[in-house]
Amino acid sequence: MAGTVASVRPETPTGRSIMIDVPEWAGNIAGQHVDVRLTAPDGYQASRSYSLASSGPGHRLELAVDRLPDGEVSPYLVDDLQPGDMLELRGPLGGWFVWSPEQTQPVQLIAGGSGVVPFIAMLRSHETSGSTAPMQLLYSVRTPEDRFFATELDGLDAVTYRYTRRTPDGSPAGRITMDALAAATLPAPSAVFVCGPTGFVETVATWLVQLGHDQSAIKTERFGGK
Amino acid sequence: MSIFTRGFAGRGRDNNPDLPPGQYLTEDFPVLSAGPTPDVPTESWQFSITTETGAVHSWNWEQFMALPIEEVHTDIHCVTRWSKFGTSWRGVSLDTLFAEVETEYDYVMEHAYGGYTTNIPYEDLRDGKAWIAFEFDGEPLDPEHGGPARLLVPHLYFWKSAKWIKGLTMMKDDDPGFWEQNGYHIYGDPWKEQRYW
Repeated sequence: MAGTVASVRPETPTGRSIMIDVPEWAGNIAGQHVDVRLTAPDGYQASRSYSLASSGPGHRLELAVDRLPDGEVSPYLVDDLQPGDMLELRGPLGGWFVWSPEQTQPVQLIAGGSGVVPFIAMLRSHETSGSTAPMQLLYSVRTPEDRFFATELDGLDAVTYRYTRRTPDGSPAGRITMDALAAATLPAPSAVFVCGPTGFVETVATWLVQLGHDQSAIKTERFGGK
Repeated sequence: MSIFTRGFAGRGRDNNPDLPPGQYLTEDFPVLSAGPTPDVPTESWQFSITTETGAVHSWNWEQFMALPIEEVHTDIHCVTRWSKFGTSWRGVSLDTLFAEVETEYDYVMEHAYGGYTTNIPYEDLRDGKAWIAFEFDGEPLDPEHGGPARLLVPHLYFWKSAKWIKGLTMMKDDDPGFWEQNGYHIYGDPWKEQRYW
């Protein structure tokens, strides 16, 4: 299906969010993806899958994309795409890494870098539905400027940051530890979602199991090689 | 009919006949998993094939390693669009494992440690098309990539190659497994781009 870019907004030094109007869109659940396909003048095509920051009925989608240094599609989306441009889309995709307001158990979201995008959709869905299920986010990110949706997240109490390179107040930065993970997350039993680079997700998910979370309560989504 | 994307030139023109449509080549080995990586020690590892009569054929690690081992060099294709060429594996052919198994059923459910399942037609596991692999690039298979042993069915998208393989159960019908219930295609041929429903 076809979509028209409505607006773009810088989010971080390397990433932006993109609003796309898609008349045929049938709505989506928080956490789902969309495939974006680009076509060059000679017919060459490249497709990639992106998490949606938006959910619910509506025909306006929001993506947030981080530029991968050796990427093919993400540099175009971050640097070149403009309002009015058209894209081909397919979705919504994925039925596993999702949260809907009918789910009532406490929810812990754990993001590494641009892995926060599906959690923006879940936090928004949680907010608009008036869900009373506890939901909190732990966001591991390089520096304060690298946060996606920083202004929106600043309005939420249930967000904890872990800065890996530089903190806002000059306190020590560094990768998360198992102790810090235990201190900053809901205890078992809770539904846990982890999204980020492979190494981050692998480490965090293993620790969560060691902290007493049931393996089946932990849903993961990974990107990048190793 | 495609929409041309203003200003998009594209980077690679691989024009490689070995690259299925919509895929790009990677030198990495990305990971697609739905949950934490299960810890499966070879001491307690067991693999079994269960048929419609309830007959169970099973192997522990020692018995499994005593079977004829094959070297496999193959391209692999993930539904998340990366392909990797010329990967090297060692494993046991499913033809070897099914040699003594009698079944009339045409479909198989793959079961993994950790609870993951995926469905596959029986014929896609036979005639030199599938292995249970325990070595990648000359090293024991990394747990992230399915170690100690995973299924290897390289002619289908790689989610059909269940990591941490625990057993195969013969099925009368092609019932969907875990990923298939969550939006992925029932068969998953990369040359036909059978990614999603």
